[in-house]
Amino acid sequence: MVENTIQATQAVVTLDVALPGIIWGWMITLNMWAKSIGTGVILVGAYLLYRYKKEETPNLRWMMPLLSFVALNVFLLFTLVDLHQPYRMINIFLYPHWTSAITVGAWMASLFTLLVTILMVIGAADAFPRLGGKKCKVTAMARNNSGFYEKIFPFVVFLAIPVTMYTAIIMAESSARELWQAPTEMMQMFLAALMAGSAALILSSGSWNKEARRDLSLILMFAVSASFFMYMGEYFFSFKSSEAEATLAYIHAGGEYSAEFWFGMILGFIIPFFLAASTVKNDNKTVLRFAAILTLAGLYLAKDVWLKIPQMLPLS
Amino acid sequence: MKLGFLVDLNLCMGCKGCEIACKVENEVPLSSWRLRVKYIDIGSFPNTSRSFTPLRCNHCENAPCERICPVSALHYLENGIVNIDSSRCIGCAGCMMACPYGAIYMDPETNTADKCTYCAHRIESGMMPACVVACPVEANIFGDVEDEHSYISRYIMEHQGNIQVRKPEKHTNPKHYYVGGGTQTLNPLAHQRLEGYGLFNNVTHLAHNGDPHHGVIDRFLAPFIGHETADNKAFMDFDAGQTKSKEGGH
Repeated sequence: MVENTIQATQAVVTLDVALPGIIWGWMITLNMWAKSIGTGVILVGAYLLYRYKKEETPNLRWMMPLLSFVALNVFLLFTLVDLHQPYRMINIFLYPHWTSAITVGAWMASLFTLLVTILMVIGAADAFPRLGGKKCKVTAMARNNSGFYEKIFPFVVFLAIPVTMYTAIIMAESSARELWQAPTEMMQMFLAALMAGSAALILSSGSWNKEARRDLSLILMFAVSASFFMYMGEYFFSFKSSEAEATLAYIHAGGEYSAEFWFGMILGFIIPFFLAASTVKNDNKTVLRFAAILTLAGLYLAKDVWLKIPQMLPLS
Repeated sequence: MKLGFLVDLNLCMGCKGCEIACKVENEVPLSSWRLRVKYIDIGSFPNTSRSFTPLRCNHCENAPCERICPVSALHYLENGIVNIDSSRCIGCAGCMMACPYGAIYMDPETNTADKCTYCAHRIESGMMPACVVACPVEANIFGDVEDEHSYISRYIMEHQGNIQVRKPEKHTNPKHYYVGGGTQTLNPLAHQRLEGYGLFNNVTHLAHNGDPHHGVIDRFLAPFIGHETADNKAFMDFDAGQTKSKEGGH
């Protein structure tokens, strides 16, 4: 429609100010990527924890919160670093504005990180009896309250879902960026968490029984294939607003973002699917780990493109 | 009371007086704009025309920037103005992502978001916004759109059928109206924005948001050591790669 307008009117901007380019850059990509690992590890780990006995996944009880803790701290660090006034981050807690998904997300993510930290301390104190020595009050208290892990764990799993999803709400509130307005963003965030969570757990699953690894392969296969088809659906088939179409033109027309997008799709979605499928029967740990690493790399690239291209479209 | 703006594009002659008045009144730093006038050339030679479109914050009744601001730095005033409290802003740029009109910028001196406030400080003292005063052809009309006897309300009534707002499909209910606008002037996708093609300067994208000399580490150190590089001179080095031409392109 507007493309025809351009042809009909030959309207060209001949004098204007420089417009801002990409505002949310690689730090926000890293932020989303790390959060996917942080929550995904809990969601996938919860399934394994309830499905298998402790002996079958020996280090899962402490490894799961440890991986989540590290990823969540990367996420929080880059959230902070990306702010132009990082010291004023405290204002989110002092002057919260509850219609903002940024506010709600920051509160939920902070609570989630606190609970994951508690899980990590209890899990590690139970798994390593000598940790902290005899005088360490923290580990002693953690061992004395070992049952607290099981009590709060269901709540942590429940909280992982909105913490995974709230970034999609931020993107939905970013009403200037039409490509992010699609309801599919919610599902993409959830699938990204399953991809990243299963991939991160695969990397630490060396000592687990092969049934658990097979389940991780299947979760990875499901997540990458569902996410891939959703990306393809948005890319090729869905009816979109003219802004969203114009945004996707940055991929359709070739160039660096097209290369990054397709590289991400092949590297992080297509190849890992077949690699993971090949390990379902023969339990090849090395191939599965390779698939996990490719998934994490590809997920970063796909998220990076989806984050940046809507910002290149002139808004006025 | 609901304050609103109307620009009669049939009257605007692109003198940029409003743009300069706004810069001076609000001390807007170089590389940033609260109000700008965009030139669009329409048609093929010899059947060509040039349109001038002043663009500023639309002070939406349903403002996405206010909704997404995590600390209420962006807030409504009783007179309908969407105001900003820079001392509270954390610089997350959420508002820049949310504003469908690209009206918010990251101030390179304060590293906080900023935008047109309809000169709220002048209105408080009973004065008109600086851009209205500066306009030589009275193309900028400002007033209470809820008062049916105000000049802006009467102007709207007189030009019914020829009044437009930008991006009505966003349901933001802008309180900024245009008379004599067309799709090719008000819809950014209806005209080409070719990088490097311009009359007096390059049509391009900024490579930075906020202070270009204010890196990640500096953000944390600034309160302790200050940063003296962020004055207007810091933005005068146009050859230092502060703009890049490969982005954009519509």
